[in-house]
Amino acid sequence: MKTYLLVSALSVAALFAAPACAQQLVPAGSEIAFTSKQMGVPVDGKFRKFDAQVVFDPKKPEAAKIAFSIDLASVSLGAAETEAEVVKPDWFDTKKFPQASFQSAAVKTAGAGKFEVTGKLTIKGASQNVVVPVALAQSGGITTATGGFVLKRLDFRIGDGDWKDTSMVANDVQVKFKLALTGVGAL
Amino acid sequence: MSPSPSVRYTGPAIALHWLLALAIVGSFCVGLYMTELPISPQRLKLYNWHKWAGICILALSALRLLWRLTHQPPADVPMPAWQRRASHAVHGLLYGLFFAVPLAGWAYSSAAGFPVVVFGVLPLPDFVSPDKALAEAIKPLHKILAFTLAALALAHVGAALKHHFVDRDGLLDRMRPGRA
Repeated sequence: MKTYLLVSALSVAALFAAPACAQQLVPAGSEIAFTSKQMGVPVDGKFRKFDAQVVFDPKKPEAAKIAFSIDLASVSLGAAETEAEVVKPDWFDTKKFPQASFQSAAVKTAGAGKFEVTGKLTIKGASQNVVVPVALAQSGGITTATGGFVLKRLDFRIGDGDWKDTSMVANDVQVKFKLALTGVGAL
Repeated sequence: MSPSPSVRYTGPAIALHWLLALAIVGSFCVGLYMTELPISPQRLKLYNWHKWAGICILALSALRLLWRLTHQPPADVPMPAWQRRASHAVHGLLYGLFFAVPLAGWAYSSAAGFPVVVFGVLPLPDFVSPDKALAEAIKPLHKILAFTLAALALAHVGAALKHHFVDRDGLLDRMRPGRA
C-alpha cells in the first residue's frame, strides 16, 4: 500500500513536472509515411529511422519548438529494387544529403486538440516553408500527434533528370505522420 | 475443298480472335522486353501499358467466352480422332490461359504493392494484399503461364497452317477477316 502511494505520488509529480522538460518520441508508436503517384498508381512508402525533438506545452503552443530529422536511406518502398533506386542522386541522393529535416517556426491553436505548425522543410539541400495541421490525442500517458501535408517533389529536386516528367510521377507527394510522445501536458 | 460460307465463324468471333491475337502477342513481347530494362520512366511506362493491355485482354476474353458459349462454332473439318481431341484440348487450355495469365499478373502487381490503375484513371481492387513473399511466389507463375500460352498459341498456329497448306482443307477461311 505504501509503495502504491509512493508510486502514485511520483506519477502525479511526474505529470506536473512533465511540461517543463522536453517531450520524448516513442519510435514504436510513430510513423512517417508518404504516397506518390506513378501513372495514377498510388505507391506507399515510409521511413524506418527518424527522430524528433519536441518542446511542447498544449497550454502554450506559441512557445513550442518542434524539430525532426529523417534518415532518408531508411526508406521502405515495398520493393527492394525501388529502394535501391530512390537513394540515388536523381532521387534522395542520400550520400550527399543523408537527412531531411523540419524545424518549426510557429505553432498556433486551431481548435480543440488541433494545432497548426508552420516551419521549414529541408530535403536534398532545398528548403520550403510548409504549414502542417496536427491533431493531438491522448491516452495512457502517450500523446499521439497525427497530421499530413502535400509537398511538391520538384521543389526539392526529388526525381531529377528523366524523372522530372510529372505525367510519369506526380509532383504532389502526400506525407502523413503519426508521432507518439511521452511527457506532453494534458490538453 | 473449301468450306461453304455457313461454316465460317461469326463476325464478332472473328473480330475478337484477331484483336486478342494481336493484344496477346503484343503484351507477351512487351512483357519479355520490359523485364530486361533498368529502372527508368520508359520501363515504368511499359509496365503500366502491359498491365492495362492485360486487363483489356481479360475483359475481352470474358466477352469472347460469353460469345463462344452462346454461338455454335463451325463443325470440325475431317481429321483423325486424336487430332480432334488434341485440337479441343488446346482450345480449352487457351481459353483457360486467356484468364489465368492476366489474373496472375494482376495478383502479382497487387502483391508487389502496385495496385493496377487502368489507363491511369480506373483503380482496380486488389484481390490479394501486398505481401513480398506472395509476390515472389506469383511472379514465376505469371511467367510460366504466359510461356505456356505462347507455346500453345504456336501449336495452334502450326496446326492451322498445316490444315490449310498441307491438308488443303481451307481451314483458315473459317477465321479469315472480311466477307466470306
